[in-house]
Amino acid sequence: MTEHTVKSFDDELTHLSNTISRMGGLAEAQLAGALQALANRDSDLAVRIAASDAQVDVLEQDVQHFTVRLLALRQPVAADLRHIVAALKIASELERIADYAANVAKRSLVLNQQPAVKPVGAVINLGRLVQTILKDIMDAYVEQDVAKAIGVWNRDEEVDDLYTGLFRELITYMMEDPRTITACTHLMFMAKNIERIGDHATNIAETLHFLVVGTPLKGARPKGPSVEAQ
Amino acid sequence: MTDTSTAVPAATRQSIDTAAAHLKRRYRAERRFKAVGLGAILLAMGFLVLLLWTIISNGASAFMQTYIRVDVTFDAAAIDGDDLPGLVKSSIQQRFPAVESRSEKRELAGLLSSGADLDIRRALAADPSVKGTTQPLWMVASDDVDMAMKGYVSRQPGLAGNRLTDRQIAWLAELEAAGAVKKRFNTILLSSGDSREPELAGLWGAVVGSVFSLAITLLVSFPLGVATAVYLEEFAPKNRWTALIEVNINNLAAVPSVVFGLLGLAIFLNFLGMPRSAPLVGGLVLALICLPTIIIAGRAALKAVPPSIREAALGLGASKQQVVTDHVLPLAMPGIMTGTILGMAHALGETAPLLMIGMVAFIVDIPATPLDPSAVLPVQVYLWADSPERAFVERTSAAILVLLVFLGAMNLAAIMLRKKFERRW
Amino acid sequence: MTHLPSRLAKVSARDVNVHYGEKHALKHVDLDIRANEVTALIGPSGCGKSTFLRCINRMNDQIENAHVSGALTLDGQDIYDKGIDVVQLRARVGMVFQKPNPFPKSIFDNVAYGPRIHGLARDQAELDEIVMTSLEKAGLLTEVRDRLDEPGTGLSGGQQQRLCIARAIAVSPELILMDEPCSALDPIATAKVEELIDELRENYTIVIVTHSMQQAARVSQRTAFFHLGELVEVADTEQIFTNPQHPLTQGYITGRFG
Repeated sequence: MTEHTVKSFDDELTHLSNTISRMGGLAEAQLAGALQALANRDSDLAVRIAASDAQVDVLEQDVQHFTVRLLALRQPVAADLRHIVAALKIASELERIADYAANVAKRSLVLNQQPAVKPVGAVINLGRLVQTILKDIMDAYVEQDVAKAIGVWNRDEEVDDLYTGLFRELITYMMEDPRTITACTHLMFMAKNIERIGDHATNIAETLHFLVVGTPLKGARPKGPSVEAQ
Repeated sequence: MTDTSTAVPAATRQSIDTAAAHLKRRYRAERRFKAVGLGAILLAMGFLVLLLWTIISNGASAFMQTYIRVDVTFDAAAIDGDDLPGLVKSSIQQRFPAVESRSEKRELAGLLSSGADLDIRRALAADPSVKGTTQPLWMVASDDVDMAMKGYVSRQPGLAGNRLTDRQIAWLAELEAAGAVKKRFNTILLSSGDSREPELAGLWGAVVGSVFSLAITLLVSFPLGVATAVYLEEFAPKNRWTALIEVNINNLAAVPSVVFGLLGLAIFLNFLGMPRSAPLVGGLVLALICLPTIIIAGRAALKAVPPSIREAALGLGASKQQVVTDHVLPLAMPGIMTGTILGMAHALGETAPLLMIGMVAFIVDIPATPLDPSAVLPVQVYLWADSPERAFVERTSAAILVLLVFLGAMNLAAIMLRKKFERRW
Repeated sequence: MTHLPSRLAKVSARDVNVHYGEKHALKHVDLDIRANEVTALIGPSGCGKSTFLRCINRMNDQIENAHVSGALTLDGQDIYDKGIDVVQLRARVGMVFQKPNPFPKSIFDNVAYGPRIHGLARDQAELDEIVMTSLEKAGLLTEVRDRLDEPGTGLSGGQQQRLCIARAIAVSPELILMDEPCSALDPIATAKVEELIDELRENYTIVIVTHSMQQAARVSQRTAFFHLGELVEVADTEQIFTNPQHPLTQGYITGRFG
């Protein structure tokens, strides 16, 4: 789109996008770090990840203030309005994502106190999948790519399937060896957290669609069989 | 940076200095400009004061007239025989019984105006019982005596070129010593018609003639001018014809007024056979002169009415004519009236076209209708200025003063009318 | 562009063109104005929105060289039909102008002028009634009740504009055209006029030309965007201001005009 007659408004909108991208990058790094800490049983890394959640929170606060300021001073409409509202929503999604990543890191600390259990690998696989989804959706945001966003939106089904499988695996594992119940329960919560990250990424995809196209993403979101319903 | 002055770069400081110098020049130029304007106004006011002072100093004395008191025997025979001039002569001769010779008697009678019998007539009319008695009566002095009393001509006996003979000077001195000479307010000047005798000449005929003329001018030119202005400004299509008319109207405003006089002569007098010297014809000719001024001023005033008012009325469904009569014309009225008064003031002072239609004739009677022959003020000024008698010099200035007062009254009326119209909103 | 069925439309324009001499000021405009709605016309200066507005009450007739073609109907009746009397048309279509332009007459006479020239009141009592109701509807009565004989020009700008609205509704129009009615007013007066427009919508159909997009967003239900004499987009106001379909509309309302 062409530039605004008022150049500083353009600068402000760019600043907003950049902040969101930075938040996205931070959230991705948090998730990657948490998974690494889990895989390597690296307690130091886990502690650092858990602590750096605050950075994302600060950025989210920034975005909130900035959007309120833009709404008040620029009275944006149409694409600009959607841009700003979307930024506000995406920022809060990303903040939740970073929260979940931090939670995963914290639980990996507890896990490190326990003997290693086998299903860790499956959780990390789930994590890797969600990581790519998160990366894709942030790329889609930067490129304002609706097709890519719809792709992300559809891949949530994959995450749900994988999570359901993992859930069953963990239950089986716990029934076989009750000594692993503590570790497996933590893994189950980690898996749930990672699955939630996938949901938030899907929300971002929907927001991105509204931002670019101006209408909500139509149709029910593809959902795997719900584990909680079983 | 510790010192703020060092913070200003040298180049900037230099440009500030240049700007300051420039600013000083600018203020000087402004003061010069103001001084020139003020000078122009002072010069103009100086000329105006000089003009007014000349006229007033010359004309003020005309508002006083010398009277001589003589004991008049209201002889019944003379009155019934309608020989009042004879009564005047016998009265003054009784005052100076030593005068014997015919030429001396004539000189003695010359002290009083040839219209002094009017004073006797007036005294009789005021109180018929004086008939047959002898009463002291103030009678109008002749213009030469009047001039002498006002100091315009010499009272030194024996000088060549004296208007008064040495004997007359002596009699006058004797009368003055007896308290029988005095100056009174000159009611004749303001109440009677023209005369060959300066002391009997008055402006009233000219004033009435001017009022008649201007009334006709107003009645003819105002409706015509306003109607023309309204049509041209509001209704006429903008095409070659209206453009031509517009150019011609503007040109008419610049045509020398004497041309309008010729036009009046040709059309009103020769073709239509209207009476010569009549205020009716004068008024019509002046109306022609006024018309372009009124039309131009009227159009300007109409144009100045904001279009938003027209739009508001049109938007409510008013017709074109309703827009004009309900809104545009009332708003333009003060402007139109100013233009009209300007035109009328112009017409009031106009002489040349009136000369062309015969209004320069010597007319003693005061006109009763606009059809009677009459003089008008500016022509009266012209006539008197042309008269050889010394006493007409001051009367000319007095006539100019009356004309100016007339003009001032008109302008005052205009301002008051304007105020009244404008104060409504 | 979608067309509404004509029966819903108070005013319906089909292929309306306006030429000012050589200048093609309005090009092939198709636009329906729905009854009891506020339709905002927006667009940059010289885009033809005022021209379109002035076609509806034939104020363009005043301008020499103006030529209107196409079909423009009010309740299905051709506005430019030979049989239409302009005076009557303007009694049905009121107009409020950019600058408040009360007549230099009393407040009462300002409002009474329209009813008087159209002979709407049979006697003084009826005229009083019309004037009072109109002032009431314009939300001005409480402010001017005690000074109806004072000049309308003595009111504040906002009051003057509401007086002009009262004057317009005094002839009971069906449609009110407003040409940038708030451009000369301060924000408080603007808010009062906007509130008034919202109330008037119940009984009148309103078309408003405005340069303030916020105002269009606040008062209108439908918004039409004009550009270079063409109608670019018309849609529900909400749609225009959240998700305009045409890039020109998008560019204009977000302030990206080249």
